[in-house]
Amino acid sequence: MNALEVEDLGVRLGGADVVRGVSFNLPKASCLAIIGPNGAGKTVLLRALIGALPHAGRITWAPDTALGYVPQKLDIERDLPLNGRDFLRAKAALAGSSGATQSEALRAVGLAEEVLATTIGNMSGGQFQRLLIAFALLGRPNVLLLDEPAAGIDAPGQAQLNEVIHGLQDSRAMTVVLVSHDLSVVYQYADYVLCLGPHGTCFGPPRSALTPEMLYEVYGQPLGFHVHDHS
Amino acid sequence: MSTITPELGSVALSAVMAVAAGLIGSFAVMRRMVLAADPISHIALPGIGIALILRINPLWGALALLLLGAVLIWAVERRARIATEAVIGVTFAVALAVGSIITSGDELIDALLGAPATLTLREGILGIVGSLVVIGFVLRQRNALVVRLISPEIAMTAAVDVARLDLYFLMAFALTIGIGLRFLGVLLMGSLIIIPASIARRFARSLGAMLVLSASTAVLSTAAGTYVASLAGRPSGPFIVMVAGSLFFLSLLHRRDA
Repeated sequence: MNALEVEDLGVRLGGADVVRGVSFNLPKASCLAIIGPNGAGKTVLLRALIGALPHAGRITWAPDTALGYVPQKLDIERDLPLNGRDFLRAKAALAGSSGATQSEALRAVGLAEEVLATTIGNMSGGQFQRLLIAFALLGRPNVLLLDEPAAGIDAPGQAQLNEVIHGLQDSRAMTVVLVSHDLSVVYQYADYVLCLGPHGTCFGPPRSALTPEMLYEVYGQPLGFHVHDHS
Repeated sequence: MSTITPELGSVALSAVMAVAAGLIGSFAVMRRMVLAADPISHIALPGIGIALILRINPLWGALALLLLGAVLIWAVERRARIATEAVIGVTFAVALAVGSIITSGDELIDALLGAPATLTLREGILGIVGSLVVIGFVLRQRNALVVRLISPEIAMTAAVDVARLDLYFLMAFALTIGIGLRFLGVLLMGSLIIIPASIARRFARSLGAMLVLSASTAVLSTAAGTYVASLAGRPSGPFIVMVAGSLFFLSLLHRRDA
């Protein structure tokens, strides 16, 4: 059973084709990583998937889909007089979720209750990103879409965040779609990879789809990346 | 039309009007609409002028054009993000120019600076009902407004109709300006929405604190400004803004650690 089926997806922004001819099927409870150089349309693709952008082609989510979305960059000022509790409370009220669900979401992302009293400007990058994921978990989504969740976070923080995301995928049988620049994360966690490049796209399990030739084509230069086999 | 006592009518109306301004201002400031507030209020002037020519209550003319202005900004923002500021700036400057040509003499001064002493009963009731509508909107929609503020995309995944919410917000903003025109006039009403919220933002550490501080600062500024104006026998608008402005400069002494 597929969580998501995409057929010949195209998005035009400002008269230019930002995303063109993207097709893939994603099975339920699997993890898809979207990779590609800057400007390849990764964020645009993600936004089209959640229905925030008009598009050509077909996007079909499974009928029981509930989406949780973690955007890449928030267009807000960090000195807003909003604390973590304001964030969660607002989303919980909209999603109709209980206090228990809020605590559960916090536990799932490993964020202490005390942090909620902090204004968002005083949170560390890692705390804020966890808060956003907890925010996305309210409303009990079965699909989580994350746009470069580890961007701007130090290396240990990134590793923890990746564990959190994939812990969620395992424990809640969630389908995860994430944009990532980190190829080691892609090889380690993703069941499928979708690469967007200026000359075309590729899709498949990382080990078969991400050939050196394909990486060269997507990024326009050799990456010199070594595949560590963890299995 | 009967004229109710300025004191009684003004106190009741100015209190709810100030609360509405403080609440809508909180979200306006967080949404970076600080600079948009003034131009939007200027579009009321041609409305007042047209209403005077048609011999209907100026308040209706002002409200009609303010709501039209809200829809205009909403439509422009949805189409192109780039030129929004320029379009708003130019449109509303032209509105002010046109309005000052078709309005003249004492009426122009009243429209620009406010004239609460001439408040009629019907205007008072309209103002109170309008203020309650704005207050109700902000309090009921605060969760959707917060999520929308954080990210429109997240709001969409939480089943919020973002376009409609934005339109309602702008209309509530325009309504607040319309209600306050009697007190502060076209030139200064924007500041009663923006200044108290800007002060509150310097101190608040949570949404609740922001809303309470902003509303109470607006009420305090309006009450103190109206009182001083009555002692001086002058229109209240400039005094209200002077009080709010002084509080803002005082608030700068408080250093935010965030």
